[in-house]
Amino acid sequence: MRFNLRVKNRVAVIGAGLTLFRRRLLETPQEMVWIAASRALEQAGLDFRDIDCVISGSAPDAFDGVHLKGEYYSEGAGVVGKPHIRVYVGGGTGVFVPVAAWWYVASGLCRRALVVAEEKMSSAAEPHPQAVFRHIWDPLVEKPLNPNLIWIFALEMHRYMHKCRVSKEDIALVSIKNKRNALDHPSAQAAADITVDDVLNSPMLVYPVNRLDISPVSDGAAALVMVSEEWARRYTDNPIWVAGIGFTLDTTSWTNRELSFPVYVRNAAEMAYRMAGIDNPVKSIDVVEPYDPFDYKELHHLEGLGLAPRCGAAKLTREGVTARDGDLPTCPSGGLLGVGNPIAAAGLMKVAEIFWQLRGEAGARQVKNDPVTGLAQAWGDLMQAGTVIILRR
Amino acid sequence: MGMFRLRGGTSLSDREFREIVKESSEPRARYSMTAGQAYSRFFEGLKNGVILGTVCDSCGMVFIPPKIYCPYCFRSVSRWVESSGEGKVFTAVASYISADVKPLDKPEIVAVIKLDVPGYRFDNYRFPGIMHRICNASDEDVKTQRIFDARVRARWLPKEKRTGSINDIECFEVV
Repeated sequence: MRFNLRVKNRVAVIGAGLTLFRRRLLETPQEMVWIAASRALEQAGLDFRDIDCVISGSAPDAFDGVHLKGEYYSEGAGVVGKPHIRVYVGGGTGVFVPVAAWWYVASGLCRRALVVAEEKMSSAAEPHPQAVFRHIWDPLVEKPLNPNLIWIFALEMHRYMHKCRVSKEDIALVSIKNKRNALDHPSAQAAADITVDDVLNSPMLVYPVNRLDISPVSDGAAALVMVSEEWARRYTDNPIWVAGIGFTLDTTSWTNRELSFPVYVRNAAEMAYRMAGIDNPVKSIDVVEPYDPFDYKELHHLEGLGLAPRCGAAKLTREGVTARDGDLPTCPSGGLLGVGNPIAAAGLMKVAEIFWQLRGEAGARQVKNDPVTGLAQAWGDLMQAGTVIILRR
Repeated sequence: MGMFRLRGGTSLSDREFREIVKESSEPRARYSMTAGQAYSRFFEGLKNGVILGTVCDSCGMVFIPPKIYCPYCFRSVSRWVESSGEGKVFTAVASYISADVKPLDKPEIVAVIKLDVPGYRFDNYRFPGIMHRICNASDEDVKTQRIFDARVRARWLPKEKRTGSINDIECFEVV
C-alpha cells in the first residue's frame, strides 16, 4: 500500500496512566476513565482544561451493558464541549486508539489529545462475561453450532502447534514469563510465579487450551496524553515520538484461510515499519508488547511482526531472548496474561508500557537494553484485524 | 484527587460484588436475521443435501460459505459450484465446556474442514472451509493430532428433519 506521509505535526506521547486491572472493580466506567485520565494528565503536567480532543476505544457495548458506552464513559475524560471520537476493532482496539489519536494530532486538527480506553466486563455477570462473545460469530453459519469463544483460539492454536511443531510446554513458557513479569506491575491482576506443570494441570477448557493459557476477565481503564511537537517541547524534555502506525483488516471468513500465520498482523506491521523507516525490525525494535490474550498468541504475533522467524518464536522464548533481560524483551509489563485483560484498556496498557520503557520509567520492570524504539501490537475480531504502533525516544 | 479516595480503583471479591450490585437487567432482544442472496441459496442446498459455493473466475477462489462478491478481487462472483461433501480436517479441538462455560459430560470435537470441490485445487493459504462438529472422533484423536488431514464426509440429518440450516449437516464423519 502507498500512502502520503507528509503530515503537519509530529506527535508525541507525554503521559500515561492506568487504573488497577481487577476481576471486579467498584468504580463505574466513567469513574475508571476519570482515574486513568487523571493519572496520565498528572504525569504529563496537564489539566483536563488543556485538552482539546478526546479519542477513546472500548469493546462491545454488551459488556458494560450500556449501548452508547463511548458517550457514557467519555464524560470521565473531560469531554464536554470537545470533539470525541470512539474507534473499534475488537481486541485490536486498545492499540487502535493511539493510532487514531495520531491522525488527529498529526493532521493539526487536535493539538493536545486525551486518549482513553475502558472495559467493565464484570457487568456482564451472568452466566459469564464470555457469553457476550456468543454474538461475534457469523449469525447464520457459525452461531447455530452453539460455539464457545475459546473454540476459535483453540482451533488456531492447534493449527499453529501442528504446522510449527510447537508443544504445549513451549507455549506455557509464555504464560509463565508474562505472569512473572507482572509481579512488578502495580496494576496487575494475574501476576504469579508458576511452572509449566501448573499451566498443563490447570483445568482443560478446549484442548489445547487450559485455563492458565488464557488471560483473565477484567475491569480497567488506561489513558495516554498525546500532543503535537510544539506542545511536547513545552511540557517535557523527553517526549516519546510516534514513529509509525499500521492497521489493516481481513474478512470475517476465518475458516477460509491458513491460521498458523497472522497475515493481518504482518500487513499492519509492514505499514508501520515503512512509515518508521525500519527495514530490519529485528535490529530496530528494542522492546515489544505483542498482544497476548492467549499465550500462543504472543508467539504467533512475534512471527507476524517479523521479530521471530516463522515458527521460530517458541525457540526464542525457550532460549530467554524474550525475557525482560533478553535481547528482545517481550511483554515486560506482564501482558494480558499477567496484568489482566480489560480488552481495549489492555491494548492501551501495552502502549503505556512501551512509553514508560522508552522513558526509563518502568521501575522494577525496566528492560536492560536501554531501548530507543519500541512496538505495541494488538489483534482483533475473527482473526482479521491487526493494529501496530511504533514509539521512539 | 479531592474528596473521593480513588487510588487505582477499588477491587471487589465475588461475594462483595454480589452484595453491592445495584441493578441487574436482562436485555431481551430477539434477532430475526435474513440470510441474504448467497446464504439463502446455500441453505436451500443444505436442505437438499448439497454444500454449495460460489467461484471467482478472476482468482479461482471458491467461497464456502458463499459470497456474492469476491472480497479479494472486488468483483461479482462468476457462478455456483458444488462441494462433494467431503474434505480434510484442517485443524481440530476438543471442547470440554459449553457456550456459556458449563462443563460438558462428553467432549465435543470441533474442526475447521477444508472442503473438496471437484475440478478445483486449493493451497492452505485460502480455501473453501467451514467450522463443524466431528462425530466419530475422540479427544485422543485430537491430542495426538491423528485427526489432522483426516478425510471426513458430511453426515446429513434425514431429509424430513432438515430445515435449511448449517445443522442440517449433523456433523462430519472421519471416513
